[in-house]
Amino acid sequence: MSQSLIDLVNISKSFDGDLVLDDLNLSVKENEFVTLLGPSGCGKTTTLRIIGGFEKADTGKVIFEGNDISALPPNKRQLNTVFQKYALFPHMNIAENIAFGLRIKNKPKSYIQDKIRYALKLVNLDGYENRTVDSLSGGQQQRIAIARAIVNEPRVLLLDEPLGALDLKLRQDMQYELIRMKKELGITFIYVTHDQEEALTMSDTIVVMNQGYIQQMGSPEQIYNEPENAFVADFIGDSNILGGTMIRDELVEILGAKFACVDKGFGNNTPVDVVIRPEDVELVDPDRGTLTGICTHLIFKGVHYEMEVTTPDGYEWLVHSTQMCPVGRQVGIHVDPFNIQIMNKPASEDEEAVGVNE
Amino acid sequence: MKKSTEKILRAAENGYLGVILIFLYAPILTMMALSFNSSKSRAQWGGFTLSWYAQMFDSPSIMAALQNTLYIAFMSALIATVIGTAAAIGMNSMKRTPRALLTSLGNIPMLNAEIVTGISLMLGFIAFGITLGRTTILLGHITFNLPYVVLSVMPKLKQTSKSTYEAALDLGASPVYAFFKVVFPDIMPGVLSGFLLAFTMSLDDFIITHFTKGAGVNTLSTLIYSEVRRGIKPSMYALSTVIFVTVLALLIAANFMPGKKKEEKSL
Amino acid sequence: MNRKLLAGPYIVWVIGFTVIPLLMIVYYGLTDASGAFTLANIMEIAREEHAKALWLALLLSLASTVICLLLAFPLAMVLRKRGVGRGSFVIFLFIMPMWMNFLLRTLAWQTLLEKNGAINAFLSFLHLPGISIINTPGAIILGMVYNFLPFMVLPLYNVLCKIDDNTINAARDLGANFFQTLVWVWIPLSLPGIISGITMVFVPALTTFVISNLLGGGKILLIGNVIEQEFTKSGNWNLGSGLSLVLMIFILISMMLVEKYDKNGEGTAF
Repeated sequence: MSQSLIDLVNISKSFDGDLVLDDLNLSVKENEFVTLLGPSGCGKTTTLRIIGGFEKADTGKVIFEGNDISALPPNKRQLNTVFQKYALFPHMNIAENIAFGLRIKNKPKSYIQDKIRYALKLVNLDGYENRTVDSLSGGQQQRIAIARAIVNEPRVLLLDEPLGALDLKLRQDMQYELIRMKKELGITFIYVTHDQEEALTMSDTIVVMNQGYIQQMGSPEQIYNEPENAFVADFIGDSNILGGTMIRDELVEILGAKFACVDKGFGNNTPVDVVIRPEDVELVDPDRGTLTGICTHLIFKGVHYEMEVTTPDGYEWLVHSTQMCPVGRQVGIHVDPFNIQIMNKPASEDEEAVGVNE
Repeated sequence: MKKSTEKILRAAENGYLGVILIFLYAPILTMMALSFNSSKSRAQWGGFTLSWYAQMFDSPSIMAALQNTLYIAFMSALIATVIGTAAAIGMNSMKRTPRALLTSLGNIPMLNAEIVTGISLMLGFIAFGITLGRTTILLGHITFNLPYVVLSVMPKLKQTSKSTYEAALDLGASPVYAFFKVVFPDIMPGVLSGFLLAFTMSLDDFIITHFTKGAGVNTLSTLIYSEVRRGIKPSMYALSTVIFVTVLALLIAANFMPGKKKEEKSL
Repeated sequence: MNRKLLAGPYIVWVIGFTVIPLLMIVYYGLTDASGAFTLANIMEIAREEHAKALWLALLLSLASTVICLLLAFPLAMVLRKRGVGRGSFVIFLFIMPMWMNFLLRTLAWQTLLEKNGAINAFLSFLHLPGISIINTPGAIILGMVYNFLPFMVLPLYNVLCKIDDNTINAARDLGANFFQTLVWVWIPLSLPGIISGITMVFVPALTTFVISNLLGGGKILLIGNVIEQEFTKSGNWNLGSGLSLVLMIFILISMMLVEKYDKNGEGTAF
C-alpha cells in the first residue's frame, strides 16, 4: 500500500550500561495508528522519545520520508508530542498554550485565531480560550495538550501514555475521541501505552515490546488471536498458557490429553507452548470433556462468571463463561480446534526476544 | 558532529562551574594560606609557620571572643529551634488569615535589612532598660534565627500526611504519644537543618551583633572589625581556619555516619 | 490540647523583638531630641551628602544585583541539568563559605585585589594588563556580588528544579529553539525565584556598611555607612532612625514585589 513514513533502523540505546533498546527496527506507514504496547521498562517510551528527538540513540538511524533525521533537534522535526502529564505551560492561558507553536513560526494573528478556534472545537472545548491551566480538569488539560500539538499540522503525532492519568470512564471516552480526531485529521499517530485494552480498541497496528525487543507486530486481531509467544499471550488479555507436545499436524497433547487443533508445520513430537483464552474453554459434562477437573473457584464478574477448574495434574484452568459451575462440581473441559493457539517454545530468552519484522 | 557539540557544551558548563567555585572559595583559601604565613603582612609571603596557631590560644581577647561566639551560636540556634519548631506546629493548625499574618511578621527579620533589625533591637533594648551585653546579642540572634527555623520545619510538616497521625490515634495512641512517635520523626530533618542554618547564620553574623553588643563584649566578628584599621592579627586567620575545618569535618562525619541514608553527591 | 498554643512563645517573641523595636525606629525617626513630632529627620535625606550616599548605594546595589542575576541564572541552569542531589549539596556548597567569618572573607579580597596581589600576579602571568580596583566602587560591587551571590543562586535553583522536564520538551517539540525556550518558558516560569533572588541580593547590598568600609578604603560612604555612623559615632539616633525609615521604603517595595510574584513561597532560598 502506501510507503513508510518513519523508519527506525537498528536503534540501540542504553542508560548507565543498561540496554533499553536492542537493535530495534520498526516502520510506520502514513496515516497509520501504531501503538507501542508493553510493561513499564520495555523501552516503548524511549522509542517514542528517540522519534521525538528528546533522546539520542546510541546507534541506528531515524528515517523520516527517506531522510535521516537522527541528528535533528526536536524543534526541527515535523512531529509533535502529547506528553504523559500534559506538560502545558502553567504561566500561559489556554489560547496562549495552543498558539505557542504557531507564534514560534511567526504565523499571522488571524491565522492563529482561526486555528485556536478550530482546535478547541475539535477537542470539544469551545470557548475555553481565556481559561487558566489550573482551572481545567485532567481530561480537559489532556485535550488542550492535543489541541496544542495538532494546530502545528504535524505529519505525525506522538502520544506518550496520554490517558494514563485519567480515571477509567474518562479514559474510555477519550479513546473514542482520539479515534474520531485521528479520522478527522488524517495524520499518523504513534501511541505509547501499557494498557492492552486501549491498544486493542484504537490501533491499526500494535507493536508489543518487552525488554527492549519487539515481541510481535500486527493488527489487534492478530495480536489477540494469534500471539506469537508466551509473553504476548500473557500480556494481552487473560489466557491459559500450557506446555504441550505437537504429536503431528493438527493434533496436540496437553496435560496428557489429545486435543484437535488447526496448526500445522511444527513437526512431529515437538514441544510447544499452547494458548487457550479463558472464554474459549467450554465446560461440559465430565464424560464429554477432553479433560476433567473440579471447579475450585467462582466469581461473578457481571458479563460473565470467572471460574477456575483444577485438573488432576494440578493445573488451574481459567474459564470465562455465562454458565455458572458451582465450586466442587466435577466438569469436563472442551476446546474447539480453531481456539487452540500453538506457539514455538523459545530455545532461549534471546530467541524469544528476536525482533519480528514484516 | 552532534556528539562533539554536546561535549563542548559540557566542557563549557564545567568551566563555568569551576570559575564560580574558584570565585566563592578563593578568599577562603587565601585566608587559610595567610594563617601559615610567617610574615605579618598580608601582602607578602614570608615562609611557612605554625606559630599563629600556637599564639591564638595565648590571646585572652581572642579566646573570650571565641567563647562568646560559640556560646551565642549554639544557644541561639537551640532556643530558636525549640521555639520555632513549636511555632511551626502551632501555625500549621491555625486558620489561614492568622497564619499568614504571623508568617509575614515573623519573616521580617529575614527579609529586612540587617542594619535596620540591628538598630531596632538596640533601640528596643535601651527603651526597656535592658543593659547591652552578651544576653542582648543572644536575644538578637534568636530573633533573626527564628524565621529560618520556621521556614525549614514548615514544608516538612506539610508533607507529613495527616492520615498517619490519625492512624496512630485510631490505633489507641494518645495525641502526645502519636506526635512524638509519628509526626516528629517525619519533621526531624527539617528541625535539624533549621538548627544548622541558625547556627551558621549566628556564627557568621556581624551587623546585628555590632548594634546589640555592650561595651567590652566581643564576638569574633566584632573583634575582627575592631582590628581592621590596626591590621588583623594572623592568629585570627588561624582560628577561622580551625573553625571552618572543624565545622566541615563535623558535617562530613554526620553525613557519612552509618545508618544514615546517603544523599547523592555527584557533581 | 490545643496545638495553636504551641505558637504562643513565637507570637510573644515576634511582638517583643520584631514589632515593638521597629515601632521604636518609627518613634525616633518622627521625633526630635526633645521628643516632639517632626519630619525633619526624614527630610534630611534631601541634604546633598545623604542624597549622594543613597544614590551611590542604589547604583552599586543595582549593579551587583544585575551581575548576580546574570551569573546565577546560567549557574542554576547547569546545576539543574546535572540534577545535583535534590538541592542539599548545592545548598551545602553555597552555605559552606559562611563558616569562614564574613569579615575575613571580604578582607581576603583586599589581599587578592592588591597591586601585587594574587589576581594581578595571575593576570601578568597571562600577559594581561593588571587591574587596580581596590578602594573603588568596583571593589565594593565585587564584594557585594561575592557575599550575596548564594542568595540569588539558591532561590533560582529551587524554582528551576520545580519545572517539569516535559514542559521544556514541549516547547522544543513545538518548534522553539534554545533562546525562544529561554525567553518564553524558562524565564517566565522562574519569575518567583528571580524576584525573590533580586530582593535577597538588593536589600542587603543597598544597606551594607561593612563591604563599603572594608573594600572602599573607608572613603566611599553609602547610606548604610551614614546611618551606622549616626548610631555609633555621632549619636544622633533621631536622624539615624529617620534615614532608616527612608531606607525601609525601598525594602518595603521589594518585599511587596515578592509578595506579588511569589505567593506560594516557591522562590524561597532554603
